[in-house]
Amino acid sequence: MSVALVVEQFLNGLQLGVMLFLMSAGLTLVFGIMNVVNLAHGSLYMIGAYLCAWAYASTQSFLFGVAAGLCGALVAGLIIELAIFRRIYAGDHLDHVLATFGLTLILNDLVRFIWGPAAVFARVPAFLAGQVSIFGAFSYPAYRLSIIATGLVVATGLWILVTRTRTGMLIRAGASNRVIAGALGVNVVALYTMVFALGAALAGLSGLLAGPIFTVSPGMGDNVLILAFVVIVIGGLGSVHGAFVAALLVGLIDTMGRSFLKPVFATFLDRTGADNSAPAVASMLIYILMAAVLFFRPQGLFPPQSR
Amino acid sequence: MTRQWSVALGVTAGVVLVSHALAADRITLGFMTTLSGPNAIIGTELRDGMQLAFDQLGGKIGRLPARVIVEDDQQKADVARQLADKFVKSDKVDAAIGFSFSNLMLAVYRPLIDSKTIVISSNPGPSQIAGKDCSPYFFSTSWQGDNWAEAMGAYLQKKGQQNIYLLAPNYAAGKDVLTGFKRFYKGSIAGEVYTPLTQLDFSAELSQIKATNPGAVFAFYPGGLGVQFVKQYAQAGLKDKYTLFSSYTVDELTLPAVGNDALSLVITTSWAPDLDNPANKKFVDTFRAKYGRSPSAYAVHAYDTIMLLDGAVRAVGGKIEDKEALLAALKKADFKSPRGFFRFNTNQFPIQNFYAAKITKGSDDKPRSVIEDMALKEYGDAYAADCPMK
Repeated sequence: MSVALVVEQFLNGLQLGVMLFLMSAGLTLVFGIMNVVNLAHGSLYMIGAYLCAWAYASTQSFLFGVAAGLCGALVAGLIIELAIFRRIYAGDHLDHVLATFGLTLILNDLVRFIWGPAAVFARVPAFLAGQVSIFGAFSYPAYRLSIIATGLVVATGLWILVTRTRTGMLIRAGASNRVIAGALGVNVVALYTMVFALGAALAGLSGLLAGPIFTVSPGMGDNVLILAFVVIVIGGLGSVHGAFVAALLVGLIDTMGRSFLKPVFATFLDRTGADNSAPAVASMLIYILMAAVLFFRPQGLFPPQSR
Repeated sequence: MTRQWSVALGVTAGVVLVSHALAADRITLGFMTTLSGPNAIIGTELRDGMQLAFDQLGGKIGRLPARVIVEDDQQKADVARQLADKFVKSDKVDAAIGFSFSNLMLAVYRPLIDSKTIVISSNPGPSQIAGKDCSPYFFSTSWQGDNWAEAMGAYLQKKGQQNIYLLAPNYAAGKDVLTGFKRFYKGSIAGEVYTPLTQLDFSAELSQIKATNPGAVFAFYPGGLGVQFVKQYAQAGLKDKYTLFSSYTVDELTLPAVGNDALSLVITTSWAPDLDNPANKKFVDTFRAKYGRSPSAYAVHAYDTIMLLDGAVRAVGGKIEDKEALLAALKKADFKSPRGFFRFNTNQFPIQNFYAAKITKGSDDKPRSVIEDMALKEYGDAYAADCPMK
């Protein structure tokens, strides 16, 4: 096992982690501030991917595609917040789950109705289609590198927004104790709408980046949503930097497990034994991590300070 | 229909009575498949293929006016089971056709067969039904589940390919497909990897392939997984280094979503749009005209189901009450399949040709599958020997 392979797998893990972060940042913000379990978050991811693929294909401009995906998810988020979420904040988690799960089903079928049940073609823009040589040791897809870069830029931007700006202060205040924040004169309603739309745009960004790698098809967000929930549980509900650390952790552990568990198992098992047990254990690793975190640190790795 | 008969009865009672005793006045078919949810695409394709055949026959099967009851099994075994009961008890269908997934097929198999209902599967071909649990009432117009993987194994064996890297999702069908592949492929294996069924990103596996440096890669990833895998394979720059061979991974349904990343991929199939025979030309042209898209093998299987029934009902002169005669006529497979050669094996699964096809850019600049070579000629399946029917 060469150093180049380890570095390459590290990049793979980083890329998966960054993608998961974009998805879970919105989810954790919405949960932290509004205390709402948003199962429809995966649908916003799907909307971003579909709109980007559609706009890109019809205008031949990747920039247009990205704009359409981002704005589309943002607008969809706004509509959903104004029309549905605003009415259910007061309810308990069961109401949230019912409403948002129903919304997922409706949006999945709406997408199927508009674009058909078959997967839609989403392509990598020509200027990112090639390979980039890393230290001359191995080549890595340029598109995946650009995902890593985008993710890190967005993470930095979010970090500045949350820790260095007035809006960020309000967000943190809302996450710590929304009742007191409201009592201190923060316009909680506007804050909710803004945070929800921001989360929706991030999900849309994640979806449109994922489009050319994954399948753009109805229900594409549902699988990712499960991983995003694992991430926010590990990171601590409501914590953006918790979500960042947890997303990278999950991405790296999952990728490293899938690639290096088999050679490790092969040192003490025979070949068929390693062939059979390694993938099974590898696919469990992140859930084992989640279980361990829940057991030793039920509030997550980086929970928001006091509630 | 009954009303027309009674009017006719009043006029020429004797003649009508005689002909009524000889032939049924109509045929009822129960069509069941998955028409909702993420896998509706295959069911829709089956329904469209069936409808096309039906249109070409003027709504009649073997000159009998036909009624088709279309039902959605929602990809749920309990729903499929209820529909099977409905077909038998209240609709009193003459044949149950269509179907979607192997597990659902197995769930309705006994209730249908035990009530002596003719069953024709246009898609699933579980090994149990092909083998020891075969029945004279069950026919398949599609394949036995291992067929395309066996064909790929045979093709690569014939080519003398060595050092192949195998990938499949970690579930029952994934293991069956690789077993089927290895039934004919006897060369060396560079690696065998099973990935979780829910895995979205294959970057780790692709890096591993690069590090292993195999002779070629064989992958089985059905549906959306196939779109993901083939795209990522091309993006990782592996496409030109290691030829990708696959079965059940890319077909006419998913090709538009994969696009040019699928070019030079080699797949196995029992049918391709460019198969040169008059039945296929008619099928492809009329399908494109009616639905505005290219058909897939699924549509062919459903089309053939109706054509098979038509030929058999014609052969018995519309006397579908005589089950023995009808079953014997069905077994003769007297119809022209777009696949060309088609015959039933002792287990009433098809004996057909399997081809290796390469994804190539067509004249319209869109990727399509073009037949390269015969992979398995006039082949049935590995389970027919276990079937007691001779």
